[in-house]
Amino acid sequence: MINWFLTEEQQMIKDVAREVADKVIAPVSAKYEESEEFAWECIEACAQADLFRVSIPEAYGGMVPSGSLGVFNQCLVVEELSRVDAAIAVSYAASGLGFYPIIFFGNEEQKQKYLPDLADGKKLAAFGLTEANAGSDAGGIQTKAVPDGDHYILNGTKQWITNGGEADIYTVIAMTDPAKGSRGATAFIVEKGTPGFSFGKKEKKMGIRASATRELIFQDCRIPKENVLGREGQGFIVAMKTLDHTRPGIGAQAVGIAQGALDDAVNYARKRVQFGKPIIAQQAIQHMLADMATSIEAARALVYAVARSIDAGTKDISKESAMVKLFCSDMAMKVTTDAVQVFGGYGYMREYPVEKRMRDAKITQIYEGTNQIQRNVIGLALNKEYAGKKH
Amino acid sequence: MNIIVCLKQVPDTTEVKINPETNTLMREGVRSIINPFDNYALEEGVRLKERYGGAVKVLSMGPPQAKEALTESISLGADDAYLLCDRAFAGADTLATSYALSQGIQKTGPYDLIICGRQAIDGDTGQVGPGIAEHLGIAFVGMVRKIREVEAGRAVVERMTDDGYEVINCTLPAVFSVVKEINEPRVPSLRGKMRARSYQVTTWTAAEIAADTARTGLKGSPTQVVRIFTPKRRGRGEMLNGDTGEKVSALFDRLREAGVV
Repeated sequence: MINWFLTEEQQMIKDVAREVADKVIAPVSAKYEESEEFAWECIEACAQADLFRVSIPEAYGGMVPSGSLGVFNQCLVVEELSRVDAAIAVSYAASGLGFYPIIFFGNEEQKQKYLPDLADGKKLAAFGLTEANAGSDAGGIQTKAVPDGDHYILNGTKQWITNGGEADIYTVIAMTDPAKGSRGATAFIVEKGTPGFSFGKKEKKMGIRASATRELIFQDCRIPKENVLGREGQGFIVAMKTLDHTRPGIGAQAVGIAQGALDDAVNYARKRVQFGKPIIAQQAIQHMLADMATSIEAARALVYAVARSIDAGTKDISKESAMVKLFCSDMAMKVTTDAVQVFGGYGYMREYPVEKRMRDAKITQIYEGTNQIQRNVIGLALNKEYAGKKH
Repeated sequence: MNIIVCLKQVPDTTEVKINPETNTLMREGVRSIINPFDNYALEEGVRLKERYGGAVKVLSMGPPQAKEALTESISLGADDAYLLCDRAFAGADTLATSYALSQGIQKTGPYDLIICGRQAIDGDTGQVGPGIAEHLGIAFVGMVRKIREVEAGRAVVERMTDDGYEVINCTLPAVFSVVKEINEPRVPSLRGKMRARSYQVTTWTAAEIAADTARTGLKGSPTQVVRIFTPKRRGRGEMLNGDTGEKVSALFDRLREAGVV
């Protein structure tokens, strides 16, 4: 076992998350996968165990001391939950995606109003950026916010929003000045129940089925001006800074999914007898398991290193956080595919959880920026870095 | 509402082995845990506190190591924990134990409700709960599967029976012993664990709870353990094969051979 040099508090966070995952989530995981219902009982258990506090500042009911960010804490929880069920883990993590903008850009009043309930887990948050024509190209956002006295009037539709319909607090990016392009976007806090704000149908997905994915529909939805996050025109900066801080969480999710798949595969390989011996005695299987285990540890090391670096206050983190998301999600896709292979025909049957892990792993290569976009980010950063160097 | 939960630290029976020569429990290296049934009692106490307000105090009697179980109860939502710890308590049977606990309960101050697990997984007697009620002269309801409501000096509870349940309206204070059907115990919370990390369990000696030492420990225990032994394993049963007719006639042959019929 690698010693990750966790502090006593970090070890506690990991242990509690593991206990919630094993005792509360594991027994009901298959049920929610099948019904595709939102697993409120699991979210409530996370709340009761204080897991929503790990990435919220102490001053607002969380556990993060001032001067730190809690990204590493969040990664520890997401990894442990994903080891058991990635769909429930993403429902937990997406609340963070929704409240990070409030932590980074909210004014004192907004923080006092929203963060304590989110830290208690009484309410969930969600983040609304993606639209039908604005995925990788976030510049294509068509949702508009037009000023009207002390309000803005929102019109448009956000698509594929995790926790959509279940969350109470939404951070939404809309165009306030389309002529200015990316400098014309603004971030808003929108509460569920605001007149003119409704939800589209729940999407049916390949994986992470117990998580809720819906459209956010705004029809002449009046948002008070005090709900603007940061300044008008700062919307893209809000979105980009938030994603830079949450991508390590996707890495942690991928590591958790892969770890769960490895656990399944090794346990199965030790029991499954063919040709008179357990298949783990076959070198063909041993080498697959060895590669899986090695790549998981390498990915985990990258998650932990970058998350710690972010918490320590490192300023320019876009490249590294893109690397974590890219490396870990590709790793998880490979490891889960191999885990299915170790199970052979049984692995393809839906009766075993290993095929679910493979379907769940796929989304980590897509959401919060496809891996192609992550490579763009890394490539651009390299070009910029080396431009200033002598050679 | 002041709620007292009595809990016992027990060896994890999934790990306990019996020494075949002395027929005693081999406790060395065996992990100690909160008696599983007492977890339901603690959870119910914490839920009642969340519903009605008040405090949950946890009480145990045992060696200094039992502080571990009490500290764990803090991480699970208890407000305070007390350990009755004195050589004079050693070797207690259920009568002496319930006497000592009843003295400890009075020392904790005013109380409305005392909750126990239905029995401990090591002794399996289920006698300490009713014993406490008897010593305190208050009502006892066993096998409680639901606490419907609690209000000024009164509680309505459901008591599990073999073929259903009874609804009991009872005066408070009272002692309830609860079954595992009553709730699903929570996992510890982070704040609870942090509080537990620095929490100091209060320990009380026999003198501090004004216990009459003639009624505690081995001296106060009319029950004497003569011998502990592992019951002889019964032989493996014989499975009869064939269709029903064949099985019936084979069974009849066996019974005739055995002289039963």
